[in-house]
Amino acid sequence: MRGIISAGGSVPYRRLARADIAAFMGSGGGKGTRAVAAHDEDTTTLGVEAARGTLRSVPEHTPDTVLFSTSTPAYLDKTNATAIAAALRLPGTTAAYDFGGALRSGTGALRTALEGTGTTLVVGADVRDGLPTSSDEAAGGDAGAAVLVGEGPGVVAEIAGVASASDEFTDRWRAPGERTSKLWEERFGENRYLALGQDTLARGLKEAGVDAGALGRLVVTGMHGRAVSALARKLSLPEGVVEDDLAGTVGQSGTAHPLLVLAAALESLAASSAPAGTVVVLLHLADGADALVLRTTEALAEWRPSRPVAAQVANGAPITYSKFLSWRGQLQPEPPRRPEPARVSSSAAHRNEEWKFGFVGSKDRTSGAVHLPPSRISMEGGAVDDMVPVAMADANGTVVTSTVDRLAYSPSPPIVFAIVDFDGGGRYPVELTDADAEEITVGTRVEMTFRRLFSADGIHDYFWKARPLRTGGDG
Amino acid sequence: MGSHGIRDKVAIIGMGCTRFAELWEKGLDDLIVDASTEAFSSAGVAKDDVDAYWFGTAQSGMSGITLARPLQLHNKPVTRVENYCTTGSEALRGAVYAVASGAYDVAMAVGAEKVKDSGFQGLNAVNPPNDGTARTLTAAAMFSMVAPAYAQKYGVDQETMADVLASIAVKNHHNGARNPRAQFRREITKEAALGSPRLAGTLGVFDCAGVADGAAAAIVVRAEDAHRYTQKPLYIKALSFAAGSGSGLIDPGYDYTHFPECEAAAVDAYAQAGITDPRHQLAMAEVHDCFTPTELVLMEDLGFAARGTAWKEVLAGTFALDGDLPVNPDGGLKSFGHPVGASGLRMVFECWLQLRREAPSERQVATVDRGLAMTHNLGGYPGEMVSFVSVLGSELG
Repeated sequence: MRGIISAGGSVPYRRLARADIAAFMGSGGGKGTRAVAAHDEDTTTLGVEAARGTLRSVPEHTPDTVLFSTSTPAYLDKTNATAIAAALRLPGTTAAYDFGGALRSGTGALRTALEGTGTTLVVGADVRDGLPTSSDEAAGGDAGAAVLVGEGPGVVAEIAGVASASDEFTDRWRAPGERTSKLWEERFGENRYLALGQDTLARGLKEAGVDAGALGRLVVTGMHGRAVSALARKLSLPEGVVEDDLAGTVGQSGTAHPLLVLAAALESLAASSAPAGTVVVLLHLADGADALVLRTTEALAEWRPSRPVAAQVANGAPITYSKFLSWRGQLQPEPPRRPEPARVSSSAAHRNEEWKFGFVGSKDRTSGAVHLPPSRISMEGGAVDDMVPVAMADANGTVVTSTVDRLAYSPSPPIVFAIVDFDGGGRYPVELTDADAEEITVGTRVEMTFRRLFSADGIHDYFWKARPLRTGGDG
Repeated sequence: MGSHGIRDKVAIIGMGCTRFAELWEKGLDDLIVDASTEAFSSAGVAKDDVDAYWFGTAQSGMSGITLARPLQLHNKPVTRVENYCTTGSEALRGAVYAVASGAYDVAMAVGAEKVKDSGFQGLNAVNPPNDGTARTLTAAAMFSMVAPAYAQKYGVDQETMADVLASIAVKNHHNGARNPRAQFRREITKEAALGSPRLAGTLGVFDCAGVADGAAAAIVVRAEDAHRYTQKPLYIKALSFAAGSGSGLIDPGYDYTHFPECEAAAVDAYAQAGITDPRHQLAMAEVHDCFTPTELVLMEDLGFAARGTAWKEVLAGTFALDGDLPVNPDGGLKSFGHPVGASGLRMVFECWLQLRREAPSERQVATVDRGLAMTHNLGGYPGEMVSFVSVLGSELG
């Protein structure tokens, strides 16, 4: 039995109210909110966070393959999935691949994994841009999502059937190097996607031997928002069958989106104790259509997502439109008059990969003192080379003291910084993120999150920050 | 094993110190030449009479040639040293120990920093290639964490704490206003200090040392030779140095209310100098007031006030120019700014003036008869620090 073992998402903390766009620009925007990746997040970090949550829910499973899809990669030529694998501390024998940059590649990777062998972690992430006032700016959203695919008793939803359609037509396009897409007039695309979606769904259900009436949950996603809602309407399914596509809260997050909404659907089925055998279909509209027909198993009831998508969606905080524009590089405020950091040394970063990407310190076997970064000689007792690695990325901590640095270089000043004592030992002075300075006090509970500190000479500096513990619980 | 000290073995016989300021018209070479020629003339020696040189600069140049070229020294042993913000003090240690060892008769320490050519605000360290995980906070932010920790530990309310820190700024600017070599020569009011724009945590502009260019120099000889050069030498009573392991940053036991490296350096220096009651035996102290909370905590680390009481002593005026123990009578880093390589020697220069009774009358300390002065110089951050202490005296024994 092959299928999904776990799934999860990463929804950035900040939300842009679409009404703020029109308030600022005089036009554009709309209703609801969209999720906004912070200045220190990119598709790799969003992917890492989604994958961390996905794997943390099922610690007995380790993927042997990572397939990462994004339409907005942090690097070209260099594989981004290797950074994700490093941050997840997957074995060096893992096959980590970038799966391609088109908006269809998230579902494509998932289908490939479901039809393949071994244990595969499918990760999608996107940071969706649009020119100010454009529909893409308002309707787009930033998010990461991950689905762990494999076999065995841990499978919560087994694959029952697949169908795809590929159709060469130009509805949305973006030349390499461009940050924003261009769109054909939308009625043409809507017409194509309605036909493709209906046909593909019907073929998928037929392959799975499922009646349309037996459909328990339908996830419809795609960047063509009008086609997505029109298709969902046209199918005339009973109330509650079509999953909320998060367009009104998160926005359309490109390659990540089908995986994100699928994760949310599985979570809600698990939480509502839906019976085993419930049919769940993912239907994604992009340059054709893909229908993945899944059937839930008994294991779904036992599955406990560590950071539910719904909780992340509910736990957002507003960001002003001007800050959004500055994070996107569409507005450039005066930076602090401090030197920008130099590029990271590739060889030093590689030597310290466990520390830099995995946040792994060392623990003195005699005194128990935790060293961050790892040290060969203990600060207590002076033992030499008698340490064991200690993984700290999943340790929560408490702020001992904090400060705000209005002078230091940051892509988004000021820097909020704290001394954090970790549960179970260890202290680290660390930059905070996803937080306003005034909400950080002595005693604030924090968790670690993988971020991009800055970029220099095109090299991204990935490392860990702390953020207030808001979702996923304490312990 | 032990720190034996070299009390009364070496004496300073001449010093020089430039004005500290944004010296747009002066380059590093000018600063070096100005401070050095003043020191040569003060000691009555020529550059060739000096057998060996130690040159301190943190970032303005590399190797001894940075000093040898502007001074046109010919095949002299010239050593460039760097030790964070104690770099100037480190140059003095090198020169003093060289003479004490008997290797040389006359040695010179020169410290200089050209900070204002960077085009950036503040001091900016240039780090070697690294893995990109090190903190990029400013020193102001790191030291800003001291004030709330101290206030909480000793039950000082927020308003009183602000008053204490502003009092330190007011005092040092008061002293600097009486010093023609200082960068800032205006007194400030407590209201101005309290109302200045915040830079990091609760620290405002007036809680932070300025940024300046500058240089200072000292020439040392064996104590028994000192009177051949001057009637009023300054004897080295103690030199101590402590480099922390950096563990304060990752040790959950560290509480940001004291600097163990500074305390260790003071204990060692007082033992070398035979000082048991620094507050009443010292005529004055120059301390590293990079930020106002730093000076507050140092009053306890250096043994001038019992733990948890320095804030009261500050408010009582204990460390004012006319107080029990004048601290930073020259105006400190607050008034001088902090050209890293020069600051340690600038502190010694004030001791040189004060103990020889050559300070201008409006800032000459009344405690001068005690005959002893100290300098304290630190580098790094709370939890990861280097610290230097010297004790200097006007008399042998």
